Amino acid sequence: MILGMNPLLLVTLFPLVGVFILLLLRPQWKNALRWTALVASLLTFGLSLAVLSLFHSADGGIQMELDLPWLTLAGSPIAFHLGIDGLSILLVLLTTFLTPIAILSSWKAIEDKVRGFMIFFLLLETGMLGVFLTLDMAVFYIFWEFTLIPMYFLIGLWGGEKRLYAAIKFVLYTLSGSLLMLAGILWLGLHAGTFDMTILTAANSLSLTQQLWLFAAFGLAFAIKVPMWPLHSWLPDAHTEAPTAASIILAGVLLKMGAYGFLRFNLPLFPQATIKLAPWLGTIAVIGIIYGALVAYRQKDAKRLVAYSSVSHLGFVMLGLFALDAQGISGAILQMVNHGLSTGALFLIVGFLYERRHTRELDAFGGLWKVMPVLGSLALIVTLSSMGLPGLNGFVGEFSILLGAFGSTAYLTPWIAGVATVGVILAAVYLLHFFQKLFLGPVLHEENAALKDLSVREIAMLAPMLVLIFWIGLYPKPFFTLMTPAVEKLLGILQAASVVMH
Amino acid sequence: MNLTDIFSILPLAALLVWALLMLLAGLFIPKKAALLNPILAIVGLVGTGVLLVWHGGESMQGFGGMVQQDGFSVFLDSLFLLSGLLAVMMAPAYLKRIGIDQYEYYSLLLLSLSGMLLMASAANLIIVFLALELLSIPLYVLAGIARPRVESEEAALKYFLLGSFASGFVLFGIAFLFGGTASTGFSEMATAIQSGAANLTFVTAGAALLLIGLGFKIAAVPFHAWAPDVYQGAPSSVTAFMAVGAKAAGFAALLRLYLMVFPTLSPSLAGIFAAIAALTMIVGNLLALVQTNLKRLLAYVGIASAGYILMAFAPFGNPLVAADSLASALFYLLAFTLTSFGAWSVLLTMEHADSTGISLESLAGLGKRTPILAAAMTVFMLSFTGIPLTLGFWGKFYLFRTAIEGGYVWLAVLGLLTSLLAAYVAFRVIQQMYFRGGDPELHGSYWTNFVAIFCALCVVGLSFMPAQLFELVSKALLGGV
Repeated sequence: MILGMNPLLLVTLFPLVGVFILLLLRPQWKNALRWTALVASLLTFGLSLAVLSLFHSADGGIQMELDLPWLTLAGSPIAFHLGIDGLSILLVLLTTFLTPIAILSSWKAIEDKVRGFMIFFLLLETGMLGVFLTLDMAVFYIFWEFTLIPMYFLIGLWGGEKRLYAAIKFVLYTLSGSLLMLAGILWLGLHAGTFDMTILTAANSLSLTQQLWLFAAFGLAFAIKVPMWPLHSWLPDAHTEAPTAASIILAGVLLKMGAYGFLRFNLPLFPQATIKLAPWLGTIAVIGIIYGALVAYRQKDAKRLVAYSSVSHLGFVMLGLFALDAQGISGAILQMVNHGLSTGALFLIVGFLYERRHTRELDAFGGLWKVMPVLGSLALIVTLSSMGLPGLNGFVGEFSILLGAFGSTAYLTPWIAGVATVGVILAAVYLLHFFQKLFLGPVLHEENAALKDLSVREIAMLAPMLVLIFWIGLYPKPFFTLMTPAVEKLLGILQAASVVMH
Repeated sequence: MNLTDIFSILPLAALLVWALLMLLAGLFIPKKAALLNPILAIVGLVGTGVLLVWHGGESMQGFGGMVQQDGFSVFLDSLFLLSGLLAVMMAPAYLKRIGIDQYEYYSLLLLSLSGMLLMASAANLIIVFLALELLSIPLYVLAGIARPRVESEEAALKYFLLGSFASGFVLFGIAFLFGGTASTGFSEMATAIQSGAANLTFVTAGAALLLIGLGFKIAAVPFHAWAPDVYQGAPSSVTAFMAVGAKAAGFAALLRLYLMVFPTLSPSLAGIFAAIAALTMIVGNLLALVQTNLKRLLAYVGIASAGYILMAFAPFGNPLVAADSLASALFYLLAFTLTSFGAWSVLLTMEHADSTGISLESLAGLGKRTPILAAAMTVFMLSFTGIPLTLGFWGKFYLFRTAIEGGYVWLAVLGLLTSLLAAYVAFRVIQQMYFRGGDPELHGSYWTNFVAIFCALCVVGLSFMPAQLFELVSKALLGGV
């Protein structure tokens, strides 16, 4: 209990306090608006740290539960049921960690309609936290859909040239999947007589055919969000057109909602279907890894390159998830965090350059290291982290995933993991290409010669991310400790299912 | 006829008398005090509401079982009165602007409303027909009240011709049903069908013909072709009322008839309902997609909404689900009423005196011009789509649930997929308002703004307590069905 309230409820709703204050402020007071949003998001981060301190990492079950009945649907209760476990805690922390950074990144970039921007941002934070913390399928769906609206406006109102197209594409793509998920949720809820995840997980009576259908209904929604190849085409547009702050959240958190959905719903609720489909999903994940990497290499726009690198990186996450063993799944969860940090930082760096030059064309830069040594060295670290260099965070996640995938019995063949390894090499190719085009060589353009290096505010944004990049890279144990019991529990469900099947 | 008979239709009789009195009083109200007319109408509506609350608790029959007062009718009556109230509130400023500020407007509106009230408590096919005509004829006149504007006259004529055609179907159906069951009373018909005394061929044919006739009223595909033209041609304040009231009245008759009298016919009719629902959802949403005139767009959105409500009929033969599906249909009707009136009130604010200014493009810049109205419109569009935190979401949620419960998973999935089309429609509107620059000329008035904001607040606010609302609906039904 914090202040007599359930800590999870407090974390989820706290951004709304910020929204309320923002509504009272006048639109002209831009700095007051920015500070309010920043302080609200920082306090939310503080609250999430308090949640972490109350979290018992040895316990694999749901903690800090809050169960408020809301309504009953044909005898099946729907409740505002919050809870946290090892699967969600890192993602909650990632969300509250990235939001203040994203708000800081908009300090200078957003001059127009600041109040609306900050309101949508905090609403988005509440939506995302709700997605990660809810244990009721119906309420989960409400939060899931709710995140669409702020993101739609963030892209559509503050985005780049083709923002209208990107915004509507983002909404329609996501909706098309989630509407089918709603059908699945309704069917499952009525079939089982409850929408509560904890009860559904404990008492599972679905036949294999039913599981396969439901897996498809839920999986499509999540696969679009992740996004898995070939459902990824909304992502480059949305990322490229979104303002930097929204890109950070989009890549850092929103995509993880898809992977988290698989982890929270598909794996424990439809374990037999999961085992049946694992080789297929693994194959698709590997295609995504290779495809994303190849396409990233061909991009001329820095932001599009980073966007396609997300397709590749999220392919690794999915590969780890469907390996269905301890290393694979823990690696996947950690890699979600890693990707949020590295890709968030990459977007931040591209954003810094865009604010200075108003272009993102790779060809418009070159030799920046000489002009901006601080940015250059920080960017190098981030690039290497995204590449998976040992000693930095990306390596730990990818290594664990590949280890899991090689040893996985679910994949039936080591080839899936084998081909995925090529992706690691390809990542080096496109990321070094990215870095070289921007920072190395001679200064090719006059305009670049006088660019200012990073300001204190800009360093302050990157610094905490770099700390975590090193921390996870050098000493990942505390992160694994947080999730291990929950992962073990999940594996127990899967093993029981596989025993039934054979 | 004795006192109980009068008592059983008290609210509706009072409204009818009030409407007639207003017609007389209007003659003596000078042009300068024209605002008195809507005020009188509101007084009448509120008075009827008070009567309804006062005597609504008990269920009773009157006129030898021809009218039935029960939870079902009380709920629908309140819905009709609410829509009447909203329709009256948004009318004066608009009528004045386009120069048709006539006192008959309000009497006609009230007359049509009393027809709807009668429809809600009809327990006999003759009453159904009477109510149908009582609600339709004033609407025909209202559609043409903007005379000598050609579109308005065209709308009135079209509505009248097709409406009469539909009435023909209804009458034909009634004849068949009378032939088949030797009665026109709902309970007698139900007994005859259950006891096997009825000629089932006649009954089925009659039920199907009734479905066609009432299908016209609710603008279900393929009986919808009149709706967009009529909606576009009629004065917008009339359209707003017509789009909700006439539709809800049609559903009132359908719900009582099919769920109460014809459940045994479900093997032969359920498929038809499912097909009509599917068609209506697909066609309504698809055609809404390509509209550039807001009135037509809202017309097609309304058609699509009828499709979603029709989903509730698919499992009507299944007694386990029937009560729930009836409740979800009524719930959706409530959501639709609030959403639709809100959207129309925004449209009324936008329309110029020469009925321009209501194309999709003219929405451009609304978000900057009046953030509050634009936000309200966003809420309505999201509610039509069924995005969470609006009442429309719960409306669809409940409807899809009964479809799934009744075994029509494909229908629910289809409904969800067509919601994707609806989303495109909605976001097209939102996009115009916020992402495109422009400076639309507005004709806001205190009352239209009030309607828009009130509806938006209800749509969002009530979405936090769907259970209480649904329970209210279900409880209302317990007495009746």
